[in-house]
Amino acid sequence: MPVYNKSFETLARKDIEAIQLKRLQTTVEQIYANVAFYKTTFDTAGIKPQNIKSLDDLQRLPFTNKQDLRDNYPYGMFAVPMEKVVRVHASSGTTGKPTVVGYTKGDINTWAELMARSFSAAGATSKDIIHNAFGYGLFTGGIGAHYGAEKLGAAVIPVSGGNTKRQITIMQDFKPTILCGTPSYILHLAEVAEEMGVDFKDLHFKSGIFGAEPWTENMRAELEAKLDLKAIDIYGLSEVMGPGVSIECREEQRGLHIFEDHFIVEIIDPETLEILPPGETGELVFTSLTKEAFPIIRYRTKDITSLNPEPCACGRTHIRMNKPSGRTDDMLIIRGVNVFPSQIESVLMETKQILPHYQLVVDRKNNLDTLTIKVEIDEKLFSDEIKSLQTMEKTISNDIKEYLGVSAKVRLVEPKTIQRSQGKAVRVIDNRKL
Amino acid sequence: MLAEQISIFIENKEGRIAEVTAILRDANVNIRALSLADTTDFGVLRLIVNNNEKAEHALKKEGFTVGITPVLAVEVSDEPGGLNKVLDPLWEQDVNVEYMYAFANPQCKNAIMVFRFDDPKKALKILAEKSIKVISAQEICDL
Repeated sequence: MPVYNKSFETLARKDIEAIQLKRLQTTVEQIYANVAFYKTTFDTAGIKPQNIKSLDDLQRLPFTNKQDLRDNYPYGMFAVPMEKVVRVHASSGTTGKPTVVGYTKGDINTWAELMARSFSAAGATSKDIIHNAFGYGLFTGGIGAHYGAEKLGAAVIPVSGGNTKRQITIMQDFKPTILCGTPSYILHLAEVAEEMGVDFKDLHFKSGIFGAEPWTENMRAELEAKLDLKAIDIYGLSEVMGPGVSIECREEQRGLHIFEDHFIVEIIDPETLEILPPGETGELVFTSLTKEAFPIIRYRTKDITSLNPEPCACGRTHIRMNKPSGRTDDMLIIRGVNVFPSQIESVLMETKQILPHYQLVVDRKNNLDTLTIKVEIDEKLFSDEIKSLQTMEKTISNDIKEYLGVSAKVRLVEPKTIQRSQGKAVRVIDNRKL
Repeated sequence: MLAEQISIFIENKEGRIAEVTAILRDANVNIRALSLADTTDFGVLRLIVNNNEKAEHALKKEGFTVGITPVLAVEVSDEPGGLNKVLDPLWEQDVNVEYMYAFANPQCKNAIMVFRFDDPKKALKILAEKSIKVISAQEICDL
């Protein structure tokens, strides 16, 4: 499989570090001079740009949080005047204001290059036709992938999200070979295709690039089986750039290479803020090295994962992050027990060897938290005998108690009664008013 | 000869059964017999109808989870001990009933019992040996 930018993606560790230090120093100088927020926080921490003499000095810089971005809404974090900015994106503001990010011409080029590298890692070349079902708009997914596909020289179908039946017709007629989208939307699309009697084996996909929300190995198995392609995980967030911060390679599909010539990654303990060594699980933190309009220092992503510095079969030397297993803010604390939706998903998968649609509902009754897991009954799970359905409820509930240490009531529900979104899946409903 | 039953998963919600029967009405499917097994949250509706394919198609189209279950329909004489004539030889040979329900045969005075056995094939064999009449899927449609 070709490496898109071999000279940067296969650098020796010491060369990566040399580039990182030089770029970090430049970034710190620029933001200290141009972004009031960073000048204040650096001054408070008693650090000047010239104090950054080695990569270890990064640890002396303060973290940046989502709240900091909100406080500087909309343009307060920009490091260049608006005349240099050629585009803005914004992330969905589920709580409070959205966060706004900006890009210069140079940033757009860098982003396209990193997305082109990503497509290449997933096995795409200029001969491919890319069906891009990431949403186009303020969300970075659609347009980010689009520019990368064009940079690679592939043909891109800018279909965006939604209008699923038409998407399936396009897949049949335009014969795309690479599929992009959020895993939950793609699973929805597979369901609709099934209803329409369309078999993915008759389509032409070789790789699928899925991301923008955490997904598990179980979902990968399901996506690969249903869609007859290799499912590749892509990672990114608008605050750091957008999609293309890291990507799995088709060779190993085991961890996502972070483009270390453009970002420095750290893993911290979200409670103590201590830096954790490779292999230990904690919160992902990114520092941008080449961004002009919206540089970011030690951004706390709230995504939970670990790093893997082992060499990779694909030849890329950039460190890999393991598949994010959840988010610090997705974590539910139920009667004092930390529960991630991804753990529940693994239990469901192990119980019946298939992944049903599910939803976690948390309530508080008489000061006691209750967890209900709604599981949709499809033909594979269904039985005409009540006792086997009740046994299934009991098995799932027992397994969850055993593996997670939390009591849960399992409720079997009719198909399609759990909310499907065109974008991200609604896996958790927390009705507790705390 | 096994007959077929339509099994439908339904949540315990107001008016849900009426929705199922309305779908069947609109598909011009006639229900011969029906039984409902329920728990607090959900139930399984089991139906013997005159056209399984039409019923299955119509219900699936409306988003229901539908299963086709092999069952045995047996004619039972309407007299004391009629049911024992069927059940005795079966339990003696370890064939057990998972569930059962009955409906009247409109063509005569006998009842038709629908059985779900744990081992339907063995049940079929035993009933044949005892010359007990098992009603085929086609006969049920033609009733």
